[in-house]
Amino acid sequence: MLNSLLSGDYPKSRVLSGVLVAILVGLAFAPFLFSGAAAINTAAKICIFIVLVASYDLLLGYTGIVSFAHTMFFGIGGYGVGLGLYAFGASWGVLAIGILIALMVAVVLAFLIGLLSLRVRAIFYAMITLAVASAFLILATQFSEYTGGEDGRSFSVPPVLRPGFRLFEAPVFGVTINGRILAYYLVFISAVVLFLLALRVVNSPFGRVLQAIRENDMRAEALGYRVVYYRTVANCLAAAMAVLAGAMSAIWLRYTGPDTTLSFAIMLDILLMVVIGGMGTMYGAVVGATLFIVAQNYLQKLMGTASAATEGIPLLPKLLHPDRWLLLLGVLFVLSVYFFPTGIVGRLRGEKR
Amino acid sequence: MTMATTSTPAETLPSVKSDYLPILLPIVLAAAALPFIGNPVTWVTLTVAALAMGMMIFVIASGLTLVFGLMDVLNFGHGAFIAVGAYIALSVLGLLSGWVQVDSLAWNLMALGLAVVVAMAGTGLIGWAFERVIVKPVYGQHLKQILITMGGLIVAEQLIHVLWGGDQKAMALPTALRGAIVVGDFAVEKFRILAVIVGLVVFVAMMLVLNRTKIGLLIRAGVENSEMVEALGYRIRRLFVGVFVAGSALAGLGGVMWALYRETLTAAIGGDIMVLVFIVIIIGGLGSVGGCFLGAILVAMMANYTAFLAPKIALASNILLMVAILMWRPQGLYPVAKR
Repeated sequence: MLNSLLSGDYPKSRVLSGVLVAILVGLAFAPFLFSGAAAINTAAKICIFIVLVASYDLLLGYTGIVSFAHTMFFGIGGYGVGLGLYAFGASWGVLAIGILIALMVAVVLAFLIGLLSLRVRAIFYAMITLAVASAFLILATQFSEYTGGEDGRSFSVPPVLRPGFRLFEAPVFGVTINGRILAYYLVFISAVVLFLLALRVVNSPFGRVLQAIRENDMRAEALGYRVVYYRTVANCLAAAMAVLAGAMSAIWLRYTGPDTTLSFAIMLDILLMVVIGGMGTMYGAVVGATLFIVAQNYLQKLMGTASAATEGIPLLPKLLHPDRWLLLLGVLFVLSVYFFPTGIVGRLRGEKR
Repeated sequence: MTMATTSTPAETLPSVKSDYLPILLPIVLAAAALPFIGNPVTWVTLTVAALAMGMMIFVIASGLTLVFGLMDVLNFGHGAFIAVGAYIALSVLGLLSGWVQVDSLAWNLMALGLAVVVAMAGTGLIGWAFERVIVKPVYGQHLKQILITMGGLIVAEQLIHVLWGGDQKAMALPTALRGAIVVGDFAVEKFRILAVIVGLVVFVAMMLVLNRTKIGLLIRAGVENSEMVEALGYRIRRLFVGVFVAGSALAGLGGVMWALYRETLTAAIGGDIMVLVFIVIIIGGLGSVGGCFLGAILVAMMANYTAFLAPKIALASNILLMVAILMWRPQGLYPVAKR
C-alpha cells in the first residue's frame, strides 16, 4: 500500500521520515492544531507551493532544465480559474472549464517554447523563458479590462467553499467546519494527490530517462532516447502541474493578480525552495517549501528581535532588519548550491553525487 | 607544407567574408515604421530615443556577451552591477551636488565623469570579487552557473537595500543636460545625444581593442576556440578575469546612464533592462560584439516604435522580433561562439 503510494521512493532516512510525517500531520490537521486565520493561511500556502515546487523540481532537478517561466504557468492557472469565476459566476462547472482552458493554454505554450528553445542548450532556454515570462507579466497587467491589471481580480468561489457555509451545525473538536475549512481540505487533498502523482512520474521509466538526460544528454540520445521529445514532455507536464497549483491558489485566495502569481519574486522564491530543499528529490519540494514559507512568516519576527538587540552596533541592525530575511536565505541558497547541491534532503539521505 | 605557403600567408589565408545583410535590418525597420507613425517629427524623436536606449543596452550587453563567448559563462547576476553602478553614481553625484546644480556644461560633465569613473571602478572591483568568489568554482557547469549567479543577484539586491535603503530614489540630471535642443520642428533631448555619443565611443573603443591589439586578438581567438588559445600557451583564465571585470565596469556605466535616463532608481532597476539585454544577446549571436550592437539598436527601435503605436505589447513585440530573427538565423545575426 505505502509502497505503491510512494512509488517505491521512500525517504530513506529516519530524520527525513520524521520531518515529513510531522509536516504531513501538521498540514492534515492544521485547522484543528492551530487557531487563527494566519496559521491556516500559512498551511494552505505551503500546500500550494509544495505542488508548484515539486513541478519545478521535475524540470530543474530531474531534467536539468532551468526555466524562469514557471510562474507564468502558475499565473495561467490562477487567471484561468479567477477570470472564469469572475466573469461567469461561482459554480463548479465554470471552475472546471476554467482549469481545463488554462491547462490547454499552458500546455500549448510550454510546447511552443520547448520546441523553439529546448533543442539548444540550457542557457538559451533560461534566457528565452525569462523574456517570455516578463512579456506575459506585462501583457497581463496591461490588458486590464480583461485581467484587472495591477489590482487583479477578486471573485467568489462556489457556495460550499465560502466562509458562511456550515457542514455541520455543531463544531467538531471545538472547530466550526465552515466553507473555508472545506476549501483548505480541497487544497490539501489536491496537493497530496498531485505530489504523489509527481512522485509516480519521476520514479517511472519516463522519470529515469529524464534523469539520464540530466546527467548526460548526449549519452541518452546515443542510447536511443529522443532527448527533445522527453524534455518537451517534461516541460508540458511541469506546466500542467503548475497550472493546477495556480488554480488551487486562486480557489484559496479568492483573488488572482500579478503579484500573487506572476511576479519574478515568486519565481525566485520557487528557485530558493527547490535548491534549499534539495534538487532532484521530490521530498525536497516538501521540506523546501515548508521551511521557506515558515521562515518567510516567522524568521522576520526573529530578525526583528535580533535587530533590536544589536541596536547601536553599526550596520548589523540593518543587516538583521526584518525586511532583509531574503538576504539570509539568498546566502543560504548560494552556499547550498556549492556545498550541498542535493539540498537538505540530499544531506539527510547521506547521498553523495 | 611548402615554403611558399608559409612565406606568403597573405595570399594563402582566405579573406573573411563580410556579412553586411544584418546591418540593413535597423534601416529597414526604421523605414518600415515611418508610414505607421506618419508624422516625421515624431518619427525622428522616436528614432533618436531608440538610438540612445540602444546604446545603453549595448553598453550593458557587450560585456555579458564577451564573457559568455570567452568562457561559456552566462552571468544572470549582471543586473546587480547595473544597479550597483547606478547607486554608486547616485552617492557621488550627491556629494558633488554643487557641481551638478550649477548651470555649466563643463562642471556638469566633470561631475558626471567623476561619478562614472567611481561607479565603473566600483563595479569593476565587485565584478572581480564576484568572479573569484561566485563564478570561479562553477566553471563548465551551466546549471549551477545560472543558479549561483541568480543567488548572487538576490544577495546583491538585498545588500543594496541595506546600504542605500529600499525606497525609490530620484536621480536628477545635471542642470545643463536637462531639456532638449530644438532644430526647426525637431526636438532632441540633450541627454539622449550624450548617451548616443558615449555608446558610440564605447563601441568604437571596443572594436579597436578587439581588432587592433594583441589582447583583442587573444579575446577573439578565445571566443572562437579557447582550448586552442590555451594550447598555444596563453592563460585564458587570466584574460577571462580581465574581460569579466571590464564587462562589470561597463554594466556599471550602463547602469549610471540608464538611471539618469529614467531619472528614478530602485534596487530592481537591473531586472527591467536585463530582459532586453538577454534578447539582444540572443539576437546578436552569443559572443559577438557587432551582433550585440545591431541587436541593441533593433530591440530599442522595436521597443520605442511599439511603445508609441501599441504600448501594451511593447515587450511582446521584441519577443516576436527575436523569434523572427532566430527563424532566419538560428544562431543569431553573427554567430561566433560555436558551442
